[in-house]
Amino acid sequence: MRLAVPHKVAPARAEQIILFRASNQVFAISSASVQEVRSVDSLAGAAVDINEPGLAKVRHVIRRTERNLYVVNAALHFGLRPTPAGLIFLLRKSPIALLVDGIEKMTTMTRLQALPRAFCHEERAWYRGLTVLDQNVVPVVNPAGFLNLEELSLLEAIAAHQTLPEANDLTRPELTL
Amino acid sequence: MTWMDQVDTCSCVLLRLGERRFALAAGQVAELAAPSRIFRFAHNTSAIDGVILRRGRVVPVCDIAETLIGKKLTQRRFYLIATRRQPEGLDWVALPVSGECELIRADLTPASPSDSPHVSAWLSHQGEVIEVLNLYALTPGADSRNSQISHAPKPEARA
Repeated sequence: MRLAVPHKVAPARAEQIILFRASNQVFAISSASVQEVRSVDSLAGAAVDINEPGLAKVRHVIRRTERNLYVVNAALHFGLRPTPAGLIFLLRKSPIALLVDGIEKMTTMTRLQALPRAFCHEERAWYRGLTVLDQNVVPVVNPAGFLNLEELSLLEAIAAHQTLPEANDLTRPELTL
Repeated sequence: MTWMDQVDTCSCVLLRLGERRFALAAGQVAELAAPSRIFRFAHNTSAIDGVILRRGRVVPVCDIAETLIGKKLTQRRFYLIATRRQPEGLDWVALPVSGECELIRADLTPASPSDSPHVSAWLSHQGEVIEVLNLYALTPGADSRNSQISHAPKPEARA
């Protein structure tokens, strides 16, 4: 009798993620979509107020390397009670800076499950899917879901009427990815 | 003509919500699960409580009691894991139920146009007239085009 040749199990493709907190809830974001992590204090002088009543989650804009970065409060984006934010994620290739409470840890995920179809409202744009880490279900955020094109156009129009100082001489970031 | 119009006997699972009993076509029931930890995260679909983990799969928990009996279940004894046929494949949903479930075979009377959308048929069991639930009308995110075919029994084999 010949024994079957054991199959080589292909290693699961892992994706590095950052687990962060917003309003005491844990979310995950692909570390590939985060360019820099900064403390809120390091951007305090560079942020200019922006006030659009219909878009309460965006209160500040930062002008950096000739681009506008709109600061989105993650808690307000997800409809949660705002809590004091400690960090800002500057998203890669995106005009969005994300205000979060803090980083829980960096880890890897090997499986991303689609958001069940029963979830049928804004969350379909908010999340890429769900992952299971240490027997916990963690939503993996969609970096493109923080502002839609309409909201971005509105913010660009508001920012065009404001004088925004360039914020290129900032202190070193907490983390560069 | 739907399957319900043609066939008058069907396997159904009886479930209890509070004091009332309802039925679901057995073909739509995957399993009955013991209460497990419910995970909650931010979302805007009010009918969904959260999710449970079942055999590595994330299953949304949909409390249908509020729609059917007017109040949420305070004590959950089991989750009835039901499936919905969607264009992408089977979709799972966990329904909290307050009592043990029972598999029965019963004659069905098709629902009439005047019945609520959540009623797909009626059955009579032990002197009680029971609603057979239309999962597609009760749970969010369902493709309602599948609501008529969802009860159809699958053939054991095809020639």
